Amino acid sequence: MSILINKHTKVICQGFTGKQGTFHSEQAIAYGTNMVGGVTPGKGGQTHLGLPVFNTVHDAVLQTGAEATMIYVPAAYAADAILEAADAGVKVIVCITEGIPVLDMLKVKAALNGGDSILIGPNCPGVITPGECKIGIMPGSIHQPGRVGIISRSGTLTYEAVFQTSNEGLGQSSCVGIGGDPIHGMSFIDCLELFEQDAQTEGIVLVGEIGGTAEEMAADYIRQHVSKPVVAYIAGVTAPPGKRMGHAGAIISGGGGTADGKYAALEAAGVSTVRSPAGIGRRMAELLCA
Amino acid sequence: MNLHEYQSKGLFRNYAIPVPDGVPISDAVDVENAAESLGGDRWVVKAQVHTGGRGKAGGVVLADSLEQAHSEAQRLLGSVLTTHQTGPQGLPVHEVLIEKPTVIARELYLSVLVDRATRRVAFMASQAGGMNIEEVAAATPEKIITISVNPVVGLQAFQCRQIAFAYGLEGGQIGELQAIMQGLYKLFMEKDASLIEINPLVVDEEGHLLALDAKINLDDNALYRHADLLQMRDLTQEDAREAAAAEHQLNYISLNGTIGCMVNGAGLAMATMDLVKLHGAEPANFLDVGGGATAERVAEAFKLILSDSNVKAVLVNIFGGIVRCDLIAEGIIAAVTEVGISVPVVVRLEGTNAQAGLEMLNHSGLNLDTADDLTAAAQKVVALAAG
Repeated sequence: MSILINKHTKVICQGFTGKQGTFHSEQAIAYGTNMVGGVTPGKGGQTHLGLPVFNTVHDAVLQTGAEATMIYVPAAYAADAILEAADAGVKVIVCITEGIPVLDMLKVKAALNGGDSILIGPNCPGVITPGECKIGIMPGSIHQPGRVGIISRSGTLTYEAVFQTSNEGLGQSSCVGIGGDPIHGMSFIDCLELFEQDAQTEGIVLVGEIGGTAEEMAADYIRQHVSKPVVAYIAGVTAPPGKRMGHAGAIISGGGGTADGKYAALEAAGVSTVRSPAGIGRRMAELLCA
Repeated sequence: MNLHEYQSKGLFRNYAIPVPDGVPISDAVDVENAAESLGGDRWVVKAQVHTGGRGKAGGVVLADSLEQAHSEAQRLLGSVLTTHQTGPQGLPVHEVLIEKPTVIARELYLSVLVDRATRRVAFMASQAGGMNIEEVAAATPEKIITISVNPVVGLQAFQCRQIAFAYGLEGGQIGELQAIMQGLYKLFMEKDASLIEINPLVVDEEGHLLALDAKINLDDNALYRHADLLQMRDLTQEDAREAAAAEHQLNYISLNGTIGCMVNGAGLAMATMDLVKLHGAEPANFLDVGGGATAERVAEAFKLILSDSNVKAVLVNIFGGIVRCDLIAEGIIAAVTEVGISVPVVVRLEGTNAQAGLEMLNHSGLNLDTADDLTAAAQKVVALAAG
């Protein structure tokens, strides 16, 4: 078992024939992802990487039965791409694109509300079920099928958690990068709910960062609903207030959103926290092997 | 990106949000013309800088005569204004706004922002105008009213009335507030703002509402579709190193410590700063070289880090995902050779081709320390910086 995606999931790529779309589709295919085609408006009917290209997501879904999509279109067109995928009935929409205007995402979220599609991202590394299906820009080689579910707001910091849990011999059930933007799709809570239900997942790593209240809300949820051990690391203890730290969502405003506040909320909920990003894997190993 | 008060008020006028009459000037010789066109015999002289707390720092002055307005403008123009928000280095004043004074009966607070918890645009209102809203929120949260706007139907009249009655407005003021709020919402949505703040929103002696101050922050991600706003950018109000970094697609924020940090990925960059602190030193900067870290970008990143004279040692922390570590190592070697580095550098490479990368660095003949472990790298760089 795993969450969201597995070796049977049929995946398409939006922005398929572009530079990013091509490179990461090649990587996904090499990893063993069940890629069934891609979409580039105006290039329908062509073949790219040995797979069919479609003009619209509707065509792609109709012809291939695609259930998941990875979006690599430029920021200015990303909102449109997400809405097209949802309209075509794609279940799992993974948007890698960085730099989408906040108000675009605000409208997209409102439009997706009540529908069946799950959005992951934007501005995220994607989602992977090791050994089965890779949708995103993460390096496949550091992953190992295994016991730990990983949820993170950051890209390279997710790799750090993956790498450490692999080194400890724990491996991962699935890893979800939920993205660094202030308004995004799946939340920590959505992922926690899936990992709690997933039989393969024995422990959960939560990697948060400064800004917003998502970690505090996750803490509340964990206290009430999560029985599996959770290890959390929060980046940004040293971040100064009012500055945007790379991610649009990573800003401390008005005394809220600090790393210290998030650590306190998580610890109060019984989460095992680590202050060093180098200690994530070790701590999880201690909890699972105790 | 932030706008100056006079730029924000210019946008307010376009959206029929009432503001005091005013003229921005950049040379004190223009004070007389400005004052004449405004009329009256008293004027407010306001320094245009991207910060709050101007009043307490002497950046906002009521002049009782033309001579005083002139001398205040002369004093402010070309000066550096330091407020409790700017840090000790302050911000340069290149423009002042000459305004007609307003007789204030009441001061209110009104702002519009993106509420990430509800994923909606929200209005925040308080009767405690003129005060720092963060302090109001901390001390008396019940005095702040928040309404959130459903993007499907937009701002509704009843929501404006809610705030109007909470302010204690009456009669024609209720319609005035509604017009202001509708204007603000339209402005916010059309210009891709991330924050609009009116503090204070005043009731004048005739009972009319007026935006006495105006602050607009814009969503950087949306600037590509606002060429008009991009022209309003004032680089003199931004950290020079941060602006230079942006030109090379680097995310750089200068801090006060001694350990320069170069990292790929924003989250890992923050985590690296935290690690430096955990091992007893302070980071000199936040720097994300991004996913496609090329040799050129690495070189630019080194230049930026070393332009800060407080830097005693540099920690490079790269997790090679799609980017191969041997290519990063090549970049580092090229950069160090080109730029020339006088402080110790510790490099931690992990991920794709990390061993090959580390070997290249170790055999480069350059003064580079390597580490294959995050903790060891942090300990090493902190020890080296301490000398």
